[in-house]
Amino acid sequence: MRFKWQVRFSLAIAKKDARIYYLKGPVLIFGLFFPLCLFGAFVFGRKISPTLLMPGLLGMTLFFISSSATPVIAPWEALNKTLERLVSTPASVSAIIAGDILAGFAYGILVSLVPLGVGLFAFGLTLVRPAVLILTLILSAVCFAGLGTLFSTLPTTIPSNIMLLSNLVRLPLLFISGVFMPLERMPGWGKALSVISPLTYTCDLARHALLGRGYFSISRGLVTLFVFAVAFVFSSIQIHKKTMSKRLA
Amino acid sequence: MACAIQVSDLTKSFGGLLAVDHIAFEVKRGEIFGFLGPNGAGKTTTQRMLTTVLKPTSGTIAIMGYDLRKAPFEAKMQMGVVPESANPYLDLTAWQNLMLMGQLYGLGKKRRRARAEALLAFFGLSDRSRSKTRGFSKGMKQRLILAMALIHRPRLLFLDEPTAGLDVQSARLIREHVVDLNGKGTTVFLTTHNIEEAEGLCDRVAIIDGGRIVAVDRPAALRAALRSAQSVEVVFDRGLDGLESLEALPHVTGVKKAGEGYRLHTDQPGEVACLVADLARAKKRKILRLNTLGPNLEDVFVCLTRKA
Ligand SMILES: Nc1ncnc2c1ncn2[C@@H]1O[C@H](COP(=O)(O)OP(=O)(O)O)[C@@H](O)[C@H]1O
Ligand SMILES: [Mg+2]
Repeated sequence: MRFKWQVRFSLAIAKKDARIYYLKGPVLIFGLFFPLCLFGAFVFGRKISPTLLMPGLLGMTLFFISSSATPVIAPWEALNKTLERLVSTPASVSAIIAGDILAGFAYGILVSLVPLGVGLFAFGLTLVRPAVLILTLILSAVCFAGLGTLFSTLPTTIPSNIMLLSNLVRLPLLFISGVFMPLERMPGWGKALSVISPLTYTCDLARHALLGRGYFSISRGLVTLFVFAVAFVFSSIQIHKKTMSKRLA
Repeated sequence: MACAIQVSDLTKSFGGLLAVDHIAFEVKRGEIFGFLGPNGAGKTTTQRMLTTVLKPTSGTIAIMGYDLRKAPFEAKMQMGVVPESANPYLDLTAWQNLMLMGQLYGLGKKRRRARAEALLAFFGLSDRSRSKTRGFSKGMKQRLILAMALIHRPRLLFLDEPTAGLDVQSARLIREHVVDLNGKGTTVFLTTHNIEEAEGLCDRVAIIDGGRIVAVDRPAALRAALRSAQSVEVVFDRGLDGLESLEALPHVTGVKKAGEGYRLHTDQPGEVACLVADLARAKKRKILRLNTLGPNLEDVFVCLTRKA
């Protein structure tokens, strides 16, 4: 009963987030514009078949989009003086954070359908393993949105500080996650590092789903993503319970 | 029946700073309870603890009989909250703001809509209900925020400086509505540093200073407790040059310029009135008005919160 209420509160909060935050400049720039430019910079003037790059683009888009707004929602609310009222409603901190994650999740899935559609219809990609693709998208979106809320546990009221922190973490992850280069062609140290990045598994699973081959096994990829997702969501809720009120001046 | 609010031994420290220092009080159902104190006294910190926004360092709070630690959900369902200098969501319309709050208190769609319409009409916002609140004036925002706090018909309403910095009409509308709600049975916890507001609205007032409650009583009783703070108010046809001649009068403990005249604090208002009349004659001034006054809440407030 109580749980059902909190789920409804989460949905209401996700709707609010979607209405407010996903059209903000910084969110659009770091979520959409940025990965597109990176992709362009990598592809331009090279003789690489775009098909081979589609899984990486898909993973990168999902990664950037899902984690683009979730980090700044809490500081933004504090800055605009809407946080105190939100916290005083019957919605629990868990419901609030779950709502933020849900919004990031939905936005990530929605936007990543664009590169997926382009790949499937314009570049003749085939969907080799649809079930794997669906599971990958879902787990990854939760995982990245959760990572975003983990950044926002930093109790600041200055959104750009958190943008900075999140990009400080997100950009290096791009290099060790085999986004543009399949893992088997990475140097030894790169492979070793890649296992700590959830994006590695997203891209690898996307290759399984779209190209029919990958580096890790499918089950290892899915289980690892699941573990990352649970860990990010759980730990960010726990930390937010402690830090939420520290934002109030 | 349990009190609306029952607080005992409530404390909040921020690092080394003791913002709220072992306070205790009760708010009865149906009262307008004023929480009055100078800036930095710990009013907002207290309200935040009462509304679960801040966790107390120690102490217990019960809202409508629900222990805030054990049953926060039930307690929060009972209360409407207007935080200090809050905003509605500026990128949402007035209507969307109200719908969100309705959802967050578990109201079904039909009820949400009906109540939102009624509240918008009451607060004179109906014709702007579909515009984003970014363009609202401060008074409009504050009226909307009060409407948002009322959508679930709370039995207990928390207001932190609800009229601070508002235009006269908005402030009056909000005060009228608070009285109106109270008449229908809503208990109100009103945090303010505005003494007239507290005196005009509240059944009882707690005076807080430096994190401690220094008095809790009806405004009239607080006033009566302070016989020494009586005063004489005088208006001359022309001003005096400086306050010295008034300060020099016997029995006068202090003099303040008050509007067009002067206010002389004393424990012997009758005597001082005569002396003022003599002074006027000596200085060739006409007396336009001369009143003796009992202490008002401001005097009580100043007296109780005076630094030793
Ligand atoms: N989040 C906070 N961190 C540190 N100190 C705080 C915080 N909030 C309030 N204070 C301090 O606690 C005291 C009481 O503040 P507050 O409750 O806002 O007073 P009031 O509302 O009566 O003006 C002040 O000295 C203030 O500086
Ligand atoms: Mg305050």
